[in-house]
Amino acid sequence: MAEKIVYKKPDSLTDKIFSYCWGCGHSTVHKIIAELIDELGMREKTIAVAPVGCAVFAYDFWNFDTTEAAHGRAPVVATAIKRVHPGHLVFSYQGDGDLASIGMAEIIHTANRGENLTIIFINNTNYGMTGGQMAPTTLIGQKTTTSPAGRNIKQNGYPIKMSEMLAQFESVKYVERVKVTNAASVIKAKKAIKKGFLNQLNGTGFSFIEVLSACPANWRMEPLAAKAHIDGVISKYYPVGLIKDIK
Amino acid sequence: MTTGKQLIKGNTAIVEAALDAGCRFYAGYPITPQNEIPETMSWRMPEEGGTFIQAESELISINMVFGASAAGARAMTTSSSPGISLMQEGISYMAGCELPAVLVNVMRGGPGLGNIAPSQSDYFQAVKPGHGDFHIITLAPHNISEMYDYTFDAFDLADKYRIPVMILADGLLGQLMENVELDRSRKPALLNAPKPWALTGASGRKGQRIVSLLMQPGALEKHNMDLNEKYNLIKKNETRHELAGMEKNPEYLIAAFGTCARISKGTMNIAADAGIKTGLFRPITLWPFPYEALKEAAKKVKKVFVFEMNLGQMVEDVRLAVGDDSKIEFYGRPGGGVPTAEELFEFIRGKVK
Amino acid sequence: MKKGRIRIDEERCKGCLLCVEECPKNEIKKGGKINRFGYTFAEFCDNGSCNACTLCAIVCPDCAIEVIEITEDEKK
Repeated sequence: MAEKIVYKKPDSLTDKIFSYCWGCGHSTVHKIIAELIDELGMREKTIAVAPVGCAVFAYDFWNFDTTEAAHGRAPVVATAIKRVHPGHLVFSYQGDGDLASIGMAEIIHTANRGENLTIIFINNTNYGMTGGQMAPTTLIGQKTTTSPAGRNIKQNGYPIKMSEMLAQFESVKYVERVKVTNAASVIKAKKAIKKGFLNQLNGTGFSFIEVLSACPANWRMEPLAAKAHIDGVISKYYPVGLIKDIK
Repeated sequence: MTTGKQLIKGNTAIVEAALDAGCRFYAGYPITPQNEIPETMSWRMPEEGGTFIQAESELISINMVFGASAAGARAMTTSSSPGISLMQEGISYMAGCELPAVLVNVMRGGPGLGNIAPSQSDYFQAVKPGHGDFHIITLAPHNISEMYDYTFDAFDLADKYRIPVMILADGLLGQLMENVELDRSRKPALLNAPKPWALTGASGRKGQRIVSLLMQPGALEKHNMDLNEKYNLIKKNETRHELAGMEKNPEYLIAAFGTCARISKGTMNIAADAGIKTGLFRPITLWPFPYEALKEAAKKVKKVFVFEMNLGQMVEDVRLAVGDDSKIEFYGRPGGGVPTAEELFEFIRGKVK
Repeated sequence: MKKGRIRIDEERCKGCLLCVEECPKNEIKKGGKINRFGYTFAEFCDNGSCNACTLCAIVCPDCAIEVIEITEDEKK
């Protein structure tokens, strides 16, 4: 009998156990990013920019060079790093409070400049780290700690669709929205992020991958219920799939 | 721009100094009275093989400089007072991450949008920047040669101590043209010094990080103590000032920086003609402030006249240094008011009679 | 038929049970023990039907599952 390990923790992850909550999508996306960097052989030529939010600790888990930007500024920090090291794989990893609220100017101008970067946008429809406050992405009627009666469109407007908005820019080459609720969707998400990385490595340009991600702790749901909430509710407002792909 | 004597504008001198010092990344946003810097950088930086980006806000400028510096490049941004306010967040992050960079503030009048006339109203903001417990080095030129020299020196200082360095100029120094002989033969001493902390890709090593979040109990306190040790070293090694006219045993001392020091040199001549002997104490580093040297100089005079283009900011440090408030006489012009040498002399004459 | 088994890292597993729902062979179950973080970690049933398909490991957010493929020695 011969035994072969066919799935294990990637080298681009450190041994540190993820500090994220049970069933948190950040863990899954951290993992598939690390797997891709292993598969692309880019561990020694990758520089990541972490956000402010739960994923601020990404650098504890990724075994490649990482910095941490001020809240919302990750795309412009990444812009400068990429301009200094054009041959490296540079990406920013940002949540919805970071990217869609305080960092709106940074992401829009980085997209409009068409920087040759990959942006990974984690949309869990709330501010996770600070305890589940309302985000620009919070669904209509969704109860959060700052919208206890549910998001009210008269006061707060509609949940913002970053992917659809950024796809309008001519210099944006690739936009896809994915989710990480089961193995099939994780495989699709990984494929999308891989395309985003390859677009950068072959010089195609700006790629944006939005990941619908579970926040069981702040949604007050167990992980399996959170997964069902993405499949049944969130992805109705934020449909998954390819939004833009220009060669 | 070439070597030798030439007519050059302060803002242009800053551009050339940065390029000579090996700065290869510049991000900036338009704001008067420093627009010649991004305008000149937009074509001079590419000529030198570097990156020029017109940022879409000062927040973006400073965070691009953060990124470029983290990636190991010599990086600079420039702005004027309201824009520097927007950069305070980034300056604090860079101080926390110990990232070197050169920042230029060509000051204008404030508060708010203020006006576009020369002012020194950002002394406080320069020497007490941002949130958190930190310092940056601040250099205050008072002529166009120094706009070049201090900017050039700032890059080595920034790298030596892994700290942001600010050039605190004003609209007058930025816009003024002077016929100056620049020493362009100097080579930046630390340009090729290794930066093992920089993010260059984890080639043959584990991934490393540049972060300012230190959540482990005691970690941030230790970091602050380490920073303080560095600040003490900077105070010891880098405190600079100019002391003029002391050989004539003056009865009075003028303390002023930047443009006000320049004007005060005229005042000294007028005063001398009127039989009033004055010396000039000009802090070159506003942080670290030359407390000891000023304390010593002040011992030898009856009064210290403090002149600023604000309503009294550096005077607080002068009081700390002199330690005797009865000796200090302050005169300031806010809101873009630029005093004349005669005006300052009249103030002195009024106080010494 | 491929054979396989999985190793669940009891310290990394947070007991989210995404793997339990994913496994087509019902080879993983909610465990009865608690790790040092207070999570009830999942357990491999080892009923002999695991075929090393890796779906459990793919969906596992925490990299807690290692999948081992077992191949019978070819006897001729």
